[in-house]
Amino acid sequence: MTEDATPKESVRTEPPLAAVDMPLLRIDGVTKRFGGFTAVDKLSLDIRAGEFFALLGPSGCGKTTLLRMLAGFETPDAGRILLDGRDIAQVLPHQRPVNMMFQNYALFPHLNVRDNIAFGLKRANMPRPEIDARVAEMVALAKLEGLEKRKPDQLSGGQKQRVALARSLARRPQVLLLDEPLAALDKKLRENTQGELTELQRRLGMTFIIVTHDQEEAMTVADRIGVMDSGRLEQVATPRQLYEAPASRWIAEFVGDINMIEGQLESSEDHRLTISTRDAGTIVAAEPRQPLTKTTICVAIRPEKVKLSRRGPVSDAAGAIPMNRLEGVVTEVNYLGGVTTYKVKLDTGAILRASMANTARLDMNAYSASQRVTAWFTPDDCVVLEQ
Amino acid sequence: MRGVSKDGRWHLWPILRGSPPRRRAPQDDVRCWKGKTVSARRIFARPARFAAIAPYLWMLLFFLVPFGFVLKISLSQTAIAQPPYVPQFDLTQGWAAIQAALAELSLDNFKLLISDNLYVLSYLRSVVVAVISTAILLVIGYPIAYGMARLPRRWQSVAMMLVIVPFWTSFLIRIYAWINILQHDGLLNKTLLALHIVSAPVVWLSTDSAMYLGIVYSYLPFMILPLYATLAKMDPALLEAASDLGASRSKAFWLVTFPLSLPGVGAGVLLCFIPIVGEFVIPDLLAGSDSMMIGQTLWLEFFTNKDWPVASATAVVLLVLLLAPMLIYDRLQRRQLEAR
Amino acid sequence: MAHGLKKLSAFNITALALGLAFLYLPIVILVIYSFNASRLVTVWAGWSTRWYREFFNDRAMLDAAWMSFRVGVVSATAATLLGTLAAVALSRGERFKGRTLFSGMLYAPLVMPEVITGLSLLLLFVALNAERGFWTVTVAHTTLTMCFVATVVQARLSALDRSLEEAAMDLGCDPVRAFIAVTLPLMLPSIAAGWMLAFTLSLDDLVIASFTTGPGSATLPIRIYSEVRLGVKPEINAICTLIIGGIAVVIITASLASRLSSARGETAAPL
Repeated sequence: MTEDATPKESVRTEPPLAAVDMPLLRIDGVTKRFGGFTAVDKLSLDIRAGEFFALLGPSGCGKTTLLRMLAGFETPDAGRILLDGRDIAQVLPHQRPVNMMFQNYALFPHLNVRDNIAFGLKRANMPRPEIDARVAEMVALAKLEGLEKRKPDQLSGGQKQRVALARSLARRPQVLLLDEPLAALDKKLRENTQGELTELQRRLGMTFIIVTHDQEEAMTVADRIGVMDSGRLEQVATPRQLYEAPASRWIAEFVGDINMIEGQLESSEDHRLTISTRDAGTIVAAEPRQPLTKTTICVAIRPEKVKLSRRGPVSDAAGAIPMNRLEGVVTEVNYLGGVTTYKVKLDTGAILRASMANTARLDMNAYSASQRVTAWFTPDDCVVLEQ
Repeated sequence: MRGVSKDGRWHLWPILRGSPPRRRAPQDDVRCWKGKTVSARRIFARPARFAAIAPYLWMLLFFLVPFGFVLKISLSQTAIAQPPYVPQFDLTQGWAAIQAALAELSLDNFKLLISDNLYVLSYLRSVVVAVISTAILLVIGYPIAYGMARLPRRWQSVAMMLVIVPFWTSFLIRIYAWINILQHDGLLNKTLLALHIVSAPVVWLSTDSAMYLGIVYSYLPFMILPLYATLAKMDPALLEAASDLGASRSKAFWLVTFPLSLPGVGAGVLLCFIPIVGEFVIPDLLAGSDSMMIGQTLWLEFFTNKDWPVASATAVVLLVLLLAPMLIYDRLQRRQLEAR
Repeated sequence: MAHGLKKLSAFNITALALGLAFLYLPIVILVIYSFNASRLVTVWAGWSTRWYREFFNDRAMLDAAWMSFRVGVVSATAATLLGTLAAVALSRGERFKGRTLFSGMLYAPLVMPEVITGLSLLLLFVALNAERGFWTVTVAHTTLTMCFVATVVQARLSALDRSLEEAAMDLGCDPVRAFIAVTLPLMLPSIAAGWMLAFTLSLDDLVIASFTTGPGSATLPIRIYSEVRLGVKPEINAICTLIIGGIAVVIITASLASRLSSARGETAAPL
């Protein structure tokens, strides 16, 4: 697949709300139980028109159940699902303006590619010439030229996935649901396809909802991510907000790597908190946006915000920002190509994780195991969360 | 030690190939890894083929060779002798005797089959009965198999047991059970009389309806099981996809489920049609005596008329008639096996 | 209201229920009537076991039953042996010369009308001058039931995970040992099922037995058939119920045994 000539946006900003302030899809207090097990628990969520929304969470968190309820294969036990203001929770799947791309594609083995794509259009009683035109459009969109006459068992994994995509887009649904569509692909193909999906979504202006357990994937494609755990929504935010401003300890630990230092709040002054910790001495951290209700808190620092040096930070001129400095010994070095991750055993005994980009090809000053280093980070690098 | 290389691991190739272990070259790794799956299969294939010897010989002797005899007898004439046919090949009498015997073979029996209406009608009736029975079996068996395939997993094995168990309880018994019910003063008539649906006992036995009932009853498991096997293997996500794309339940069935079940339908249809053509017991016990199916004709010729040659000729023609369906069935079976 | 597409509709359930009722009703009626005290099958005169007693006094029937039993055991065992070998060859043997012919021959008896196989075997026995009796019937039944055993065993064999055998090979077994140590134990339930199937089919066969048997060695179905032609006899009800009971006991024992072995953690093999 050729890459797009225009450079992609590197930072995702929130898409503007539509002129009408009503979200396209409103999930309102939806609950789903299977026997004694609650898969989705009073979940409420608004999804805007034209956005690429990701449902992220560990296995069994209920994200697939929620998706299936949006598609119509499960009915909620309680709550409403409003599409454009209309409650579709009880509407049968074949009557909803919603289409799904299935995890293992579910291509009809007895139909060729063209007939698979045309299947939904025939059900909509479209006249023949229109069907042909739409199918041709979809084939071009999904870059399936030359494969129209093939049957699914004659296609590669990547090709099958594109057919599934074309088929689910053919009816121009209001919402497209994607159920872990890239799980079966290898890394390179997955990355390429992620790019294509985002580009496609932008071009069509359609609302996409993707379910995935892969954080990187969610962060790459989505405008906003909803993190779920045990049937509940933990946080809904843009990728940046999710990563840099997680709402809870669980989210901070779920998304990406993190250093979590537990401690007690000592004092607060000038939008800075002083926290005493067992593992890292006294830390100065920026005040969180939400006021704290407890004094037992933890300080979360992302590894790439932890800087290492042999001598400690050079302090600025007078009025220097107070730095958090910790001394320790490097115990583990992992070279990963773009970055190197370090584990530093602090003098207090705790392990701190740091990661640094390998900006120079030949780095004579790279740290090695059993070197003494100073680890330091600014108050703004810290996120204060309740335990 | 043979087969153990320097790193101490067992290598099977040298044991089977009989050659000394090679040093592993870089290209070997690729082939070896890819080859591990392939060659593992080939390793099994050789001894597995030996297993075929005994059954192969058995089937050659007791299945294939007898057909030669049927053909030979079909070309012979009946005689009051033991065994009741001439000519008899006596290998001890030398080549000339064999040649003489060969000269006596003729196609008279086949001419008889073609010319005499009795036989032609018998073949026709057999095919017609088989077609009708198979159609009824398909119409009845498909919903049952479909229902079974949609049961929750636990219940599916129970349902399959329930369908198979009658099949294991003696076929003759089950036909007899129907005679019990269908007789002039049997249970069916008694029930109908008691419910005032009829005013006098109806004749059920010795009719074509009784025969069809018996055939459908006996062959139902043969139709249900292949259908069920195919339907159970279908990916439920396909039906969801059809529904997602706008197909109602009935449309989804006809456009997705039914076409994908066709291999099972083919297997079930052939598994029933072919043996029903040659059925003997059911028409003999349940049908009227005005016209006979070919199985009955064969039996009559053989046991009552003691006319082995004509019986053999009947068998040969029946076999030729059924050859095409049997080959189709064999092809279907092989394709199913390869698809696994 | 759930839309699980796996849900059964009323139509499906009715179809299933009617189908099963259709299959079992005549048998149930037959069993009930075997306890009918009256000679007339049409009149219910109370519970009695006289027909069972009559059966056990009927010398000819008992001989036929014994004959059927012996033929069944021997032919089932032979068929299981040969059928299993055939299944192994077809499932693991990949391509070999004559494979098409082999599988064709093996599966033909499944569909071929029994009158043809019966006649052909008889003609063979006559040509070989073999004395018709126990052994000819046994050989005939073995030939017939072998294909059923092969079908059952092959289904199981194809479904087994090949990597088990490969693991055994990796750990030092040669292919034959790997098969015996790993595959065979997992196949045993299917082999047992195949044996039972062959036994039932042999016990049940009328046509082929009629062709290939000799004087004085009638099997049970032959006797039953000749009696039935003369009219419905209540003694037959008793015999049939006994046979059904016997088979039911065997099936229940077998499924209990497989349930127990699966409880012990082994694979419960489907048929």
